[in-house]
Amino acid sequence: MDRAQFHIRDLHVRFRTQAGELHAVKGVSLSVARGETLAIVGESGSGKSQTMLAALGLIASNGVVTGSATLSGQELIGASERVLNTIRGATVTMIFQEPMTSLDPLFTIGQQIIAVIRRHRKLSQSEARAEAVALLERVRIPDAANRLAAYPHEMSGGQRQRVMIAMALANRPDVLVADEPTTALDVTIQSEILALLAELQRDMGMAIVFITHDLGVVRRIANRVAVMRYGEIVESGPVRQVFDAPRHAYTRALLEAEPGGTKAAVAADAPVLLAAEQVRVHYAIRSGFFGRAKRVIRAVDGVSLTLRRGETLGVVGESGSGKSTLGRAIVKLAPASGMIRFEDRALVPLSRAEMRPLRRSLQMVFQDPYGSLSPRMTVGEIITEGLLVHEPALSAAARDRRAAEALEEVQLDAALRNRFPHEFSGGQRQRIAIARSMILKPQLVILDEPTSALDRSIQKAIVDLLRDLQKRHDLAYLFISHDLAVVRAMADKILVMKDGLVVEQGPRDELIRHPREDYTQRLLAAATQTGFLAG
Amino acid sequence: MSEAATSRGRSLWADAGDRLRRNRAAMASLILISLIALACLFGPLLTGHAYDRVYPDYVKVPASLESQPSEDRIAPGLQRTASRLRANIASETREGDAIRLVLTAPRAIDERSLAFFERSDLFHAAKVLERAEEGRRLTLLVPIERNTFVFGTDGNGRDMLTRTLIAGRVSLAIGLLATFVAILIGVSYGAISGYLGGRIDMLMMRAVDVLYSLPFIFFVIMLVVFFGRNFVLMFLAVGAVEWLDMARIVRGQTLSLKRREFVQAADVLGVSTPGILRRHIIPNTLGPVVVYTTLLVPKVILLESFLSFLGLGVQEPMTSWGVLISDGARNIQGATYLLIFPAIFLTTTLFCLNFIGDGLRDALDPRDR
Amino acid sequence: MVLFVLRRFLSAIPTLFVVVTLSFFLMRVAPGGPFDLEQPLEAKIMENLNRAFGLDRPLIEQYGRYLLNLLSGDLGPSFYIRDFSVAEILLKGLPVSMTLGSLAILLALVVGTTLGVIASLRQNSGVDYAVIGFATAGVTIPNFVVAPLFQIIFGLMLSWLPVGGWNNGAVRNIILPVIVLALPQIAVVARMTRASMIEALRSDHVRTLRSLGMGQRVIVLHALRGAILPIMSYLGPTAAALLTGSVVVETIFGLPGIGRYFVEGALNRDYTLVMGTVVVVAIFVLLFNMIVDILYALLDPRVRYE
Repeated sequence: MDRAQFHIRDLHVRFRTQAGELHAVKGVSLSVARGETLAIVGESGSGKSQTMLAALGLIASNGVVTGSATLSGQELIGASERVLNTIRGATVTMIFQEPMTSLDPLFTIGQQIIAVIRRHRKLSQSEARAEAVALLERVRIPDAANRLAAYPHEMSGGQRQRVMIAMALANRPDVLVADEPTTALDVTIQSEILALLAELQRDMGMAIVFITHDLGVVRRIANRVAVMRYGEIVESGPVRQVFDAPRHAYTRALLEAEPGGTKAAVAADAPVLLAAEQVRVHYAIRSGFFGRAKRVIRAVDGVSLTLRRGETLGVVGESGSGKSTLGRAIVKLAPASGMIRFEDRALVPLSRAEMRPLRRSLQMVFQDPYGSLSPRMTVGEIITEGLLVHEPALSAAARDRRAAEALEEVQLDAALRNRFPHEFSGGQRQRIAIARSMILKPQLVILDEPTSALDRSIQKAIVDLLRDLQKRHDLAYLFISHDLAVVRAMADKILVMKDGLVVEQGPRDELIRHPREDYTQRLLAAATQTGFLAG
Repeated sequence: MSEAATSRGRSLWADAGDRLRRNRAAMASLILISLIALACLFGPLLTGHAYDRVYPDYVKVPASLESQPSEDRIAPGLQRTASRLRANIASETREGDAIRLVLTAPRAIDERSLAFFERSDLFHAAKVLERAEEGRRLTLLVPIERNTFVFGTDGNGRDMLTRTLIAGRVSLAIGLLATFVAILIGVSYGAISGYLGGRIDMLMMRAVDVLYSLPFIFFVIMLVVFFGRNFVLMFLAVGAVEWLDMARIVRGQTLSLKRREFVQAADVLGVSTPGILRRHIIPNTLGPVVVYTTLLVPKVILLESFLSFLGLGVQEPMTSWGVLISDGARNIQGATYLLIFPAIFLTTTLFCLNFIGDGLRDALDPRDR
Repeated sequence: MVLFVLRRFLSAIPTLFVVVTLSFFLMRVAPGGPFDLEQPLEAKIMENLNRAFGLDRPLIEQYGRYLLNLLSGDLGPSFYIRDFSVAEILLKGLPVSMTLGSLAILLALVVGTTLGVIASLRQNSGVDYAVIGFATAGVTIPNFVVAPLFQIIFGLMLSWLPVGGWNNGAVRNIILPVIVLALPQIAVVARMTRASMIEALRSDHVRTLRSLGMGQRVIVLHALRGAILPIMSYLGPTAAALLTGSVVVETIFGLPGIGRYFVEGALNRDYTLVMGTVVVVAIFVLLFNMIVDILYALLDPRVRYE
């Protein structure tokens, strides 16, 4: 018999939508054997998740699946829900991207794990309970026996993903499908989860289908890889072979999409544009009866930095480190204390009105390209809104001309300025957001994770655009990101934050090659292992 | 994209309009409600009856497309009028839509009192064809007055069709008026509370909570007591009560919009507070406001009908659907049509408005996109 | 948990106080008085009556006295229904209203959630459309239309049930009023259940359950537990309103509940009766909001540790 456990042959997925039929997966074939890890790589919308959801019969109700998916000879496509329910959770299982929502918030994790065990195996409640404790210990949840009574909201994202893995492996399945299981996690936790999966695979010998957009992850854990685009597999083969000698142009483009190069250093005598000393942002959280009990959250707790004209400071940290709040504090979106000096003006004591004239030189680009554009305004109106404030004398025709110029500067078709944001893709929207701040000819732009909501190939284009604009206008950037690869490509200096504090800061190359602090070392190690900093 | 690049983009409103047009229930409702509104506006001019005209001879005539008087009403009607003239009917012969009537009396018949024929709802003015026996015997031609009461008549002999349509005018006008007031207060209160935030927001919302826990009926009845029976004033007041939900909705919207990145982006651009409210906040709260408005109109109409049902609403001879239904409910034995017709109009209107509201919500908030 | 309940209880007291104060003065500034009849009374008699009921005292003193009496549970004598105290009147009517209201709520909860679950599991099928249609009808057709229609159909045409009367709460007598009271609530509950079930069935954690091979029964159980939360928030104040009587239903079916006293009392300026009713209703509202909060905390662990 064939060693392969799981075969998918000529699988098609079509969705019936109001706009007509959407052919999401177009004849995908792949297979995976025991103990092997197959990675399916592709950008958003490539059909990589839909392929596996369809194979397991988990697709949305308006989806139609044709083709074949067999697990140890058992056909899954067209099988009844009852038959599928004896297979799913027992011989094949799946874990998902969102650890926050994948567990039912109203049941304890013990209830949820025990239900899965008893669904597929004839065990008593106490036997299943013992089994659940063993599983939680296996996925390294500390104090496992007591954690059974915990609700999902009492656990961190990484722990929840461990619980998901425990549930998925509860009945020792032959095949585990992992759909971007680490994407929503911080890099250090991401690295731990990947290590755990690899270890469990060694012990249990199951086949893993690992869906990801992240080539670094593929390189680290997969044996074979299938590259998907527009619902089709464009190339597949052993990881080494595909990575070293990609045959298809798209694979090559993906591999080259890792942001490369570094920024040329600025002259040492460049004037200081922004200087901050001991910046603090503290929030008082009122809670309890009549709001008496107060808790203080120190989002940013004494950060100092300097930034010269034409220079980029990369601010790196994991979620909750306060890096975004720091950026917001500088443009007075968050209430700060301490000293923030822009050119020769102290910003902290300024009122809204006093701050207004400074805003044209001090701009910000936000993370979410879907949320940062007003949905009921045209792109032209969005881009020129700043001109209404700072150049009120401008005629409507002149504003329109400026909008066209600004769009061309970010490499968008100027004719699109009468359209509305929802008609654009994520990358295009981020270009619009950049145009909005560039039209004012600022000196300093705060970039708050401007690339992290975008696909890798688009990320690269945006990084190139930002570097190009910086060179042309001698801009200073405060570049906030969790992604060390992008920061390395953009920054002159790097500042590492954790829990509102500065862990370490210094010139780019020095910090990456010789990190002094333990946390920085861990951050870099995690990034290197998952491939962020490969090569 | 390049081919259509020069064309004007499609706003979210245009998209929503398209989705609404595809919603058959909502479109049918829109047409139906327009027809009802037109009928209520112009119908009373065309029915041939005034809404307050009393036909004493036609009390509680059942709904019918046949013209009145029916044959069985003519003879008793003639008899009644003759006795008023103190005369006897010697003979009556039908001549098409008129009656040749011979009256006799012991004394000469006063021809001025022939006006009784005209005053009756059944006949037009009688014409004297022949006088005999020194005025003690008159031959008259009495034309029959034709009337149609499609929805029948009420207990006072008024045309129900006209009254139902007039009632519709009142109900719809009140619905729109009170909704307008509620929206005006609710939107500004909610937007101010949400945008200012902090302590002011807390106080303003606390006030709303207290008003919520006051029994609603009590509040409305107190308003009736205050404003007496002036229904315009009263419905300004009802609007002033119904704004609570609106205020909550708009406040919630404002709060979540305030946290959205596009509002922060405007802040970073240096846009002033009025500018942010005008360009970024208000246009984006409009969707829920429009939906809520369509759902509030039927709520207010229902409230008006409810008050009228309790006898606290519009006063006679003016009327509203609630008044008519309350009348009908008291006459379910024998005269069900008094309940049925106004009830059909009211429920159809409410149905339509609800379908339109649901349709708008689906159109503006396409979850499945 | 005990602390939680105690806190909710304490925070209800100021609200109750504000409601009582507001209604007291609102009632008093309204034009007219309890002894204004068609035929004006003699000045002397009027004065005596006012003195007997303490209405000649300054308003603020009357208010203070009312509050004091209220604390000791005394709602005062009725002005209009002579020789009865407000407490007696309300105690007599309350069981009637509460019987009808609690049965209606029970019916709404059982039938409404069942219909909603069925519709959500067969989304866009004939059954689903039938439930939506029924639910729309339930919320749109006012009860003062439904009630007489039911009287015509079941009372007069079919002669199955009596058209009205309390008859000591005989089952035959309360069937129609309970159904009329419950219909709009069934409709709302069905709509809410359907909407939240559909959302819950699409949620990530239900997808997890399906990926683990859990059956339909478990999935519905999980989805329903999440879906029930918003329904409870809705039913709290609604239950309070239903238990304290419905003017329309009590009037049309001729039932001796307390729903009518609002209208009658306010129109006759029976200050104490209206105030008594306001107090009872407000207590019910606050009580049910509290019950909902507690149930919410029991069902949703995220609230518990807030």
